[in-house]
Formats: sequence, C-alpha cells, structure tokens
Amino acid sequence: MTWLYLILGIALLALLLVGLLVAGRRRQAPPTDSTDLLAPEQEPAEAPPEGTSLDDLLEAPEEPEAPEESAPTAPVLEKPEKPASRLVRLRQRLAGSGALGRGLLGLLSRDNLDEDTWEAIEDLLIGADIGVGPTQELVERLRTRMRVEGGADGGSAREILREELIALVDPTLDRSLDVSGADGRPGVVLVVGVNGTGKTTTVGKLARILVAEERTTLLAAADTFRAAATEQLATWGERVGVEVVRGPEGGDPASVAFEAVKRGVDDNLDTVVVDTAGRLQNKQGLMDELGKVKRVIEKQAPVTEVLLVLDATTGQNGLIQAKVFSEVVDVTGIALTKLDGSAKGGIVVAVQRQLGVPVKLVGLGEGADDLAPFDAAAFVDALLS
Amino acid sequence: MFATLSDRLSATFKNLRGKGRLSEADIDATAREIRIALLEADVALPVVKEFVAAVKERARGEEVSQALNPAQQIVKIVNDELVTILGGETRRLRYAKSGPTVIMLAGLQGAGKTTLAAKLALWFKEQDKTPLLVACDLQRPNAVNQLQVNGERVGVPVFAPEPGNGVGDPVAVAKAAVDEAKRTLHDVVIVDTAGRLGVDAEMMAQAAGIRDAVDPDEVLFVVDAMIGQDALITAQAFLDGVGYDGVVLTKLDGDARGGAALSIRQVTGKPVMFASSGEKMTDFDVFHPDRMASRILDMGDVMTLIEQAEKAFDQEQALKAAQKLTGQGGDFTLDDFLEQMQQVRKLGSMSKILQMLPGMGQIRDQLENFDDREIDRIEAIIHSMTPAERANPKIIDGSRRARIAKGCGRSVSDVNGLVDRFFEARKMMQQMAKGGGIPGMPGMPGMPGMGGAGGGKRVSAKQKQKAKAKGGKRRSGNPAKAAKQDTEAKEKAAQAGSNPFGIGADVDYEKAAANLDLPKDFSKFLK
Repeated sequence: MTWLYLILGIALLALLLVGLLVAGRRRQAPPTDSTDLLAPEQEPAEAPPEGTSLDDLLEAPEEPEAPEESAPTAPVLEKPEKPASRLVRLRQRLAGSGALGRGLLGLLSRDNLDEDTWEAIEDLLIGADIGVGPTQELVERLRTRMRVEGGADGGSAREILREELIALVDPTLDRSLDVSGADGRPGVVLVVGVNGTGKTTTVGKLARILVAEERTTLLAAADTFRAAATEQLATWGERVGVEVVRGPEGGDPASVAFEAVKRGVDDNLDTVVVDTAGRLQNKQGLMDELGKVKRVIEKQAPVTEVLLVLDATTGQNGLIQAKVFSEVVDVTGIALTKLDGSAKGGIVVAVQRQLGVPVKLVGLGEGADDLAPFDAAAFVDALLS
Repeated sequence: MFATLSDRLSATFKNLRGKGRLSEADIDATAREIRIALLEADVALPVVKEFVAAVKERARGEEVSQALNPAQQIVKIVNDELVTILGGETRRLRYAKSGPTVIMLAGLQGAGKTTLAAKLALWFKEQDKTPLLVACDLQRPNAVNQLQVNGERVGVPVFAPEPGNGVGDPVAVAKAAVDEAKRTLHDVVIVDTAGRLGVDAEMMAQAAGIRDAVDPDEVLFVVDAMIGQDALITAQAFLDGVGYDGVVLTKLDGDARGGAALSIRQVTGKPVMFASSGEKMTDFDVFHPDRMASRILDMGDVMTLIEQAEKAFDQEQALKAAQKLTGQGGDFTLDDFLEQMQQVRKLGSMSKILQMLPGMGQIRDQLENFDDREIDRIEAIIHSMTPAERANPKIIDGSRRARIAKGCGRSVSDVNGLVDRFFEARKMMQQMAKGGGIPGMPGMPGMPGMGGAGGGKRVSAKQKQKAKAKGGKRRSGNPAKAAKQDTEAKEKAAQAGSNPFGIGADVDYEKAAANLDLPKDFSKFLK
C-alpha cells in the first residue's frame, strides 16, 4: 500500500538531509548556548523580596482571605487580593509539602555520608523532577562542600543545602512581570502552553492581580479552538469586571488578539492579556499559528511578556516544551501551575538552567487568588522549613 | 541528552566488541545506563529500581548467551520486560449485566477528562451503543458548557441539570443521571468529573461520593502522558481515594516519552486501556503496549511515523514520487524532491521526524543541532534553478551552478553539495527499491520486539512467510492487478477497524507488506 511509498520518500529525504547536514555542519559555527546570555548583570543587593514589578504598593498585608471556593456569580464585582499577601500563602502551601527539604536535611545530617546516603539524596532530587543532569551536578557540589567544610552537624548542613538549592533556582534572575508598555501603548502579556496546563485559569487569575493593582485591563480570548474556552475566560472576566474580547469559535486567533490589542491602544489601557489555545509543541502547524498571533499583535504594540504556563506535574518533557515555545515566541517567563499538589515542579530548575527563562508566577490552588509571584529564597525556605 | 538507550548501551559496550557474553561488571555498567534512560523518560524512581533489578536478573540468566551482540541483547531484554509489564493482562471494558453501564472519569486538572468523555462517547456510539454524557464538573468555569459543545460535536446527548461554575452538587447530578439514563434508555453513561489533586482530601471525598452514588462499572483514571515523577503519588492517591479499574493516557500525540504509563501500571497493577492522541474527536484508540515500550526507550517509532505521514500526505503525490523512484513513470527529479520535502514538513519539525527513524541514533548529535531552516535553504537552492534544471539535474554545469548560487544567496559548494547528494541519494533509493537493502545505514539496533505483543504475534509468523514468498517480486505494473491488491488491503483494514480492540492495525501493515514488492530486508521496518 501507499505508506510503503511514503516511507521510501521519507527515507530518501532523510538520507539526503543527513548527507547535507554532515557536510554543512563543519562550516557552521556552534550554536550559541542561551544560558550564556544569563550574565547576572544586576546587583542582587537591593532586590526587593517580592519580585513583582507590580510595584510595592502599600504593603499592608491583608488577612489572606479564604479563597472563594464557590464564587457566586453575583453581579457585584469581587475585590481580588493584593499580591503581597499572597506570598504568605505561598509559604504556607509549600511548607506543607516540605518533604523534599526535610528528607534532604535528614540525609545530610547523618554522621557519615556513605555512597548509599548520596544515592538516596540523588533519588530524592530526581523524584522532584529536577532531572538527572542537574541532580548529579547538585549532588557533586554538595559532596565537595560537605567534604571541605566538614558539615557533620545539622546546622551547617542546612546552610549548605539552602545555599545550593537557592543557587539552583537562581535568585539573580529578573522575575518581575513586565505588564506596562512603552510610549502610551499597553503592555501585552501573551500566555502560551500545551493543553491542560491551566492557561485560561492563569489568565483569569492574572487579570485579578492586575485589577487588584488598579490597572485597566482587557482580556483577549484567542483560544478559539477548545469548546467553551471563551466562555470560561468570560466568566473569569465578569467576576472582576474586566472586559473580554472574543471571536467566533473556530475563528482566527490572531485576529482576536489583534482586535484586543487594538482596543487596548485605542482606549489607552494599561495591559492586555492574551489567552491562547493549548498546543502540543510538536504540532508544527499550531506552533506556526502561535508565531503568527505574536507577529500580528506586534503590529499594534510590542508584546512585553510571553508567559509559558507549565504544569508542575510535568516531567522531562517540560524542557522540550520550553525549548520549542521559546524558539517560536521567545518566552520571557514561566508560570508554574498546580504547585499545590504533591508535585514539586523540579522541572523548572532544568528549564531555568537550560533556557535562562525564570519562573515568574506560581499557581497554588483552585481559589481565584491562588496565583503568587515567585520568590527564589522564599521558595527554598519553604521547602526546608 | 536524548540519546536512546541503544546509543548509550552501544557506548558502554564499545570496548566489548567481539565479546560473546556479558560479565557481571558489564551488567552493572549497563544497569546505570538503563536507569538514566528510564528516568529521562519520566518513569518513577521506585519503578525504575525494581525494573532495573529485574533486567539485571534476566541478563544474568542463560538466555543472554546467544548470538546478538551485548548491546542488542540488553535492549531486547529491556524492551521485552517493558512490553510484558505494559501489555500483561489487558482486558475489555466491563459492561453492566442489567441497566446502563456507568463509566466514571477521574484525574488531575487538565489531564483531558472532558475532551476524553466526548471521545469515549463517540467510540461507544460507533459500536452501536447509546451513550449519555453527564456533566459532573461543576467546579471549573464553563466545564459544563465545554462538555455540551463537545457532546453536540459527536452527537451525543449531555445530561447537565446544573449550570456549573461552582454551583450545584455533583453527587446529586450523578445520581439523577443514572435514573435519567434508565428512563431514556441509554445503555452507557459517561460521568465527567472535576479535576482534583491527589492531596485534596475534600475533593477526593466528593469523587468517592459520586462513585458510591452511581456505582460505576468502570472507573477510568485519566492521566496526561507528560506527567513526571509525581505520577506515582497521584496514581496511588486516586487509587486509595476513588479506586479505578483502568488508566487512560492522554496527549500521546505530543513528544513526551510517557514513562508514567509504566510507573502506574507497575505500581497499581491497573492496565492502561485507552490512549488518546490528538485534537480530533476520533483520535482515540486502545493502547498499544509495544509501541509504548519503544517510545519510552525512545527507539525509532516507525509505526507512529507512518500513521502521521498518512494523515498529512497527499497519497497520490507520494505514490507518484515513489513510482518514479522504483523506475516507473520517469525519473525522480528535484521537483519531486521538493514536493516530498514540503509534504514531510507538514509532519512537523524535521529533526523530530528523523529521530523517529530507526538507526538514526548514530547521528543524533547532528540531529540535535539540526536547524529546520536548513530546509528552507535547500528549498531556496532548488527554487533558483530553472524548470529544465530541476527536471534534469544532470545539465547543471559550472556556470549554471554559479548562477544558482547567486540566485539563492548560497555558496557554489552548497549547490554542489545538494546536487551531488541528490544523485547519490537517488541512486541509493533506486537500489533499495530494487531490493538491495539500504547501504550506508548499518546495523538497525533497537528494533527487536516491535509488534511483539497482542495480535501482532498471532499473525506475524504466517505473514512473514508470505512476505518472503513475495519478497523478490516486483509490484505488478498492471493497474488492474495493483488495484486489486489495494482493495484487498483496504478490506482487511476495514475488518480491522471494526474490531473493537483494534489490534488489527498490525495485521493491516503486515498484510500491506505482503502485498507489496518489498525487498526482503525492508519488511523488517514494519515489524
């Protein structure tokens, strides 16, 4: 049947391409490693503890109100919580699942660190989806430091572990969310990711943060593919009184995004958040579509922030996702969702290391205000507490 | 970093060429490589340990001292073990003896439950059942709405008395749904529930409540193929909280390796029953353990490639090109090549496709750095040729080369390279089509065991013989005869399609292999 011929065709191509490749490879300069661009240019001295650019509004941490489990669809607009107080909850949530840090500490403060102990440490880290490579590196560094500094007592082991873990999540990265545009144009946040990671929910929650910061916001429901995705976003918008620009189902997502950003420019809004349909990174057609969405938006205003939404349960595939999405739309930040489960989201360590894209937001639960800015030190402290 | 297991093992065994059997030290060295390979495929750590121990045990056994080289032996053992674990004891869906069969879906948020519910409904509908979808996800905004739209798309009624968005009691809805199904004579009820986390005791209790209310015949745990190490904890939490009888793996059309399937199967003992692989409502099938094994090991997955190719390719064009290659219908020209290339591009990233081909592992480093724009450049070179040059590349001489190079902005040596390699490849393909095997693609390791389980095994011996018998012959040039062959294959495919467990897919390809003038060596790609 025909598929045999298909294979023949592909094999021919493969042979040819490989030939070309082998020949061409020698002439090509080695690809630049993106992690090299990550020079820690900023001085970490004055970095505010909460890395939001959503400025240090009057801190006055309100009581972390219980998230509305069953948000009433009443016409009255809800008053979302300010981000500052959300950090408190981030710590609480993470502290609850601090098994990783505690397990590590327990192992490190043993009297003699033999091979088995180191292997157990490695296992713990791998179990957090940190990945084989970074894990081995971290264990190697820990080993050296423990040997040099002779940290047999719990206190110094803890300190060393804390330092190494913080180094792993790299606090020097700029984690501020760039939601303001230049010269009078709105900031445009494009939210991308594979299916089912929680893009629409993240957009909804992000809108609430922006409203809490008293910024004028517009949402664009550019997920025209999945059934009822626009309605889902509209529901989020209604709750906080943010308007949602929508298009027909099955329509061109780029046109919806364009319309929304145009409105944003015309109405002089502060921020436009564009929700896109979930797409698997190996679907070339869909990735091209995403590229188009971004290009079209940029006819109106530059995209200030591209957020990749990554599910904390994602394993090593997360790295490939981040890589491919970065190639297509140049991801500037990661929103790590569903961190309230048992997953530890270790994949972001690999992603940060390989691509230099920082985690900017973490999703911590079902509640409407369970989206918090990410803070490396707080994250690690919570793990170790 | 994406080196396949066979690559890794080849490296480990570099110094062992010629050694007939494995020493204890070799096995230990191998174990570490297998461990890393599995971990990178997201197989959960405890499962990896257990698995590696089992493989070591088997590798020590006498079955190793056979003819294969050490790396191949180990890969074969690993693959066999994987297939055994993944494929052991598959079973059919249980239907209720009386009254409607109730199927409940449970899983994490974003695993794909709502979409799957509709796909499942369509699948039942195609088997002459009358399914009813029930919207018990009252949590996520507009999940009810999504199910209704999906239900409409597949033409299945949706029972949704509550608007959702946090309003209503899912347990009551589920209960009412079963009564509704009895009243309206639906024989299958599919209950879509809200996504929940394993640690969320309250939501787990709610799921258990729904389960108690409807007493489902099957509870299916829906899990995303991309899930990492957490799969184990989550799977266990759901097993304890709700209990389930089968697992559905979703988003298999992505490039995640899906080690979670192995973890869940091993730890809970529950079989993976279905696999969902695409955005369309029909992209849903029973689970193929052998393919999954290859995928976890990241071995070339020719079957998947073929399926993808089938979806994306214009069959007539491909057939024409292939006929040209086999010497019928004129020469294979650069035009045909360009056409083929554009079609292959539709399949996605070229490096990914190349990686799916078996035996490509050796040049993996180059593939890693492969820039897809390289293809644009090749296209540009071809586009800079005149039609006459494309039709007959032989006429391209020095001055033409210089002109082409100018036209496409590449150097003359690039044009040279393309033309030379085009001839080389064409010759190779023609040779291959005539039955010479593939020169220059040495050793196809990592292929053992594909199609080793399920229905494939039953027929393969017979089909192999058939393939051999026909192997030397050419495909009939007589269109009538060729058409007959095609119809035969199609009939076979149709039969396979109606088989609810669809393992017939293997039969289909093998039959096709038998029907063609395949060179003997080539048939191994299909198994």
